[in-house]
Amino acid sequence: MTVILNQSFTGISIGAVLLLIALGLTLTFGQMGVINMAHGEFIMTGAYTTYVLQRSISGAGVSLLVALPVAFLVAGAMGALLEWLLIRRLYTRPLDTLLVTWGVSLMLQQLARDVFGAPNVQTHAPDVLTGNISMGGGVTFASSRLFILGLALLSVLALTVVLRLTPLGRRIRAVVQNRDLAEVSGIATGRVDRVTFFIGSGLAGVAGVALTLVGPIGPTMGTNYIVDAFLVVVVGGIGQLKGSVLTAFALGVLQSVLEYSTTLSVAKVIVLVAIVAFLQWRPQGLYTLRTRSLA
Amino acid sequence: MTTITETPPAPPTARLRVPGAFVLAAVLLLGVAPLALSDFRLSLLAKYLCYAIVAVGVSLAWGRGGLMVLGQGVFFGLGGYAMAMHLKLTDAAATGETLPDFMQLYGTGDALPWWWEPFADPAFALAMTVLLPMAVAAVLGFFVFRRRVKGAYFAILSQALAAALSIWLIGQQATTGGTNGLTDIQGFFGYSLDDPVNQRMVYFVIAAVLLLLMAGARQLFVSRYGELLVAVRDSEERVRFLGYDPANVKLVAYVVAAGTAGLAGALFVPAVGIISPALIGIVPSIGFVIGAAVGGRASLVGAVLGAVAVAWAQSTLSDAFPAAWTYLQGLLFVLAVGFLPGGLASLGVVLWRRRTRTPATGETA
Repeated sequence: MTVILNQSFTGISIGAVLLLIALGLTLTFGQMGVINMAHGEFIMTGAYTTYVLQRSISGAGVSLLVALPVAFLVAGAMGALLEWLLIRRLYTRPLDTLLVTWGVSLMLQQLARDVFGAPNVQTHAPDVLTGNISMGGGVTFASSRLFILGLALLSVLALTVVLRLTPLGRRIRAVVQNRDLAEVSGIATGRVDRVTFFIGSGLAGVAGVALTLVGPIGPTMGTNYIVDAFLVVVVGGIGQLKGSVLTAFALGVLQSVLEYSTTLSVAKVIVLVAIVAFLQWRPQGLYTLRTRSLA
Repeated sequence: MTTITETPPAPPTARLRVPGAFVLAAVLLLGVAPLALSDFRLSLLAKYLCYAIVAVGVSLAWGRGGLMVLGQGVFFGLGGYAMAMHLKLTDAAATGETLPDFMQLYGTGDALPWWWEPFADPAFALAMTVLLPMAVAAVLGFFVFRRRVKGAYFAILSQALAAALSIWLIGQQATTGGTNGLTDIQGFFGYSLDDPVNQRMVYFVIAAVLLLLMAGARQLFVSRYGELLVAVRDSEERVRFLGYDPANVKLVAYVVAAGTAGLAGALFVPAVGIISPALIGIVPSIGFVIGAAVGGRASLVGAVLGAVAVAWAQSTLSDAFPAAWTYLQGLLFVLAVGFLPGGLASLGVVLWRRRTRTPATGETA
C-alpha cells in the first residue's frame, strides 16, 4: 500500500512537471499550431534567470519568488520577439516552424554555453523546500515537488481565468476558432498572436524556475523535456487546457508505475506505444473543438 | 495542410538531361573522387554519402509526400545496429570468442542473448538492415495514417519514437553496449577495415548504392505512384474523393524512406566503424531532415547535395570553430527553411523570378 501511494505521489509530481512545461505549448502549439522547438530553450531561460537572480539577491526564498515573474517576462519577451521576427511569416506552413525554431534553439543553446559555460550550474533551494513532508504511514512527499504541483495548478488557474474571463482571452479564443471572422470583427489578429506567444513562452520561463528545484541547469536542459511536453499536448487535444491537465497527470502516473515495475527505458517505450494506441481511439486527442472542417 | 514550394514543371528537355546528370554524378563519385581524394578524405566522403542515402528517402517521403519524417534516426539506427551486430559477432568469432568484447565486460558473460543469435548469419543480418526498419515503419505508419493522424502529430510521434529507441538502447547496456553503442568494428565480411584498400571498397559500395537509389527514386517520382503521392501531399481529401486511399499512398512512401535510411545506417557502420544511440536520437534525426531542407526537399539532387554539404560543413567547421559553427548552423536552418522553402535548389528559380518580375505561380508558400 505504501509503495502504491509513494508511486502515485511520484507520478503526480512527474505529472506536475509535465503539466508545467506543456502548459505554454497548449497555447502556442495547441491553439496556434506553431511547433516551437525553442520552447525548451525558453524553459532554459527561466532556469538561468533563477540562477542569475540567486547570485545577485541573497536569500534563496526571496530570489525564487522574484524569479517567477522575472522569468515570465524574460522568456515571454523572447517568445514575442521570435514570433515577430520569424513565426508570423510561417503561419501558413506550420511544419516548417519546427525546423526554423530548431535552428533558433541551436543558437540559444550555444548562447547559453557562451554566457554561462557548458557545464551545468546549480541553484540552492530555499530551506522550506528542501525537506520531505510526511503524509503518514511511511508515505513522504518532497516539499519541492509539492511546490511545483502548487505552481502548476496555480498557472492552470491563472491561464483559465485569462482565457475565459478577460477580453484578451475572448480575443485569443476568437482568433483560434476562426481567424478570418475574428479579423473582420475588428480584432487585430497579429497583435493577439504576439500576446498569445508572449504568454505561452512566459509560462515556459515559469516552468524553468520550477525545474531548478528538481534538476540541473544546463544549455541542453530544454531538449530533455521538449518531446514529452509535445506529447502531452498531442494526447490532450488541440489547445484544450483540461486535456493537457488530465494527460500530464495520467502520463506521469503511468510513467512512474511502469518505471517501478520495469526500468526507465522500457517505461518510456511502453508510454509511447500507449500513446500511439490511444490515438487510434481518439486521433484528435482527448478533447477536441468540434468543427465542420474536413481535415 | 502543409504547402510546399511546388516543383517547377519540367522543361521538355528534362528527359534527356536526367541521364546526363546521372552520368556526371556517377563519373564524379566513382571516378574523380577516388582519384583526387586521399584515403582519409575519401572515407569522410563515404560517411557523408550515407547521409545522402537517407536524404533520398527524405526527399521521397517529405519532399514529394509532405510527410515530415523526423524519426529517420530510428531506421538509420535499426539498420546500423543490425549490421554492427553481425560484424561484432564475426569479429568475435575471428578471435575465437563467442561473445562480442563489450558483453564480456558488461554482460552476464555466459550466453549470447537469443535475439543476437540469428545475426551471426550474414544473409539474415543483411536482410534485416532493410526489412527491420521497413517493418517498424509499416506498423507505425499503418496505425498513424489509417486514423488520419497527420502533420504536426505525425512529426512529434516519429520524434518520440527516436527518443524512445535511443533511451532504450542506452538502458540495455549489457546487450546493446549502452551509451557507447557498438564500437571498434574491425572487419567487413572478411575484409579488414584497417586496410585502406578495403576502406576504398566500402566507399565504392556506398557510392554505387547511392547512385542506384537515386535512379530508383527518380523512376518512382515520374511514375503514376509519384504523381499520386504529390496529389496526396497537396490535397489529401481530393485524392480520397477520387477513390484512392491516401493512407496506403503515404504508407508506401514512409516504408520506402525507412528502408533507405536502414540501408544507409548499415553502410555507415563499416564506413565509420561505430553505431551508437548518440547517432540516432532526436538531434541526428532532425539533422537528416535539415540537410534535405537546406538543399531542397522536393528536388532529389538538391536534397542529396544538401545532405552532403551540411555534413561536410558540420565536420570541417565544427572542428575549427565549434561555437561559431553552431550559430551558423542555426542561422542556416532559419534562413533556408524560413525564407527559401524550396532550399538552395530553388535559389536560381527564385532569383530569376525576381529579376523578370513574373508573378510567382508555383510558389504557394
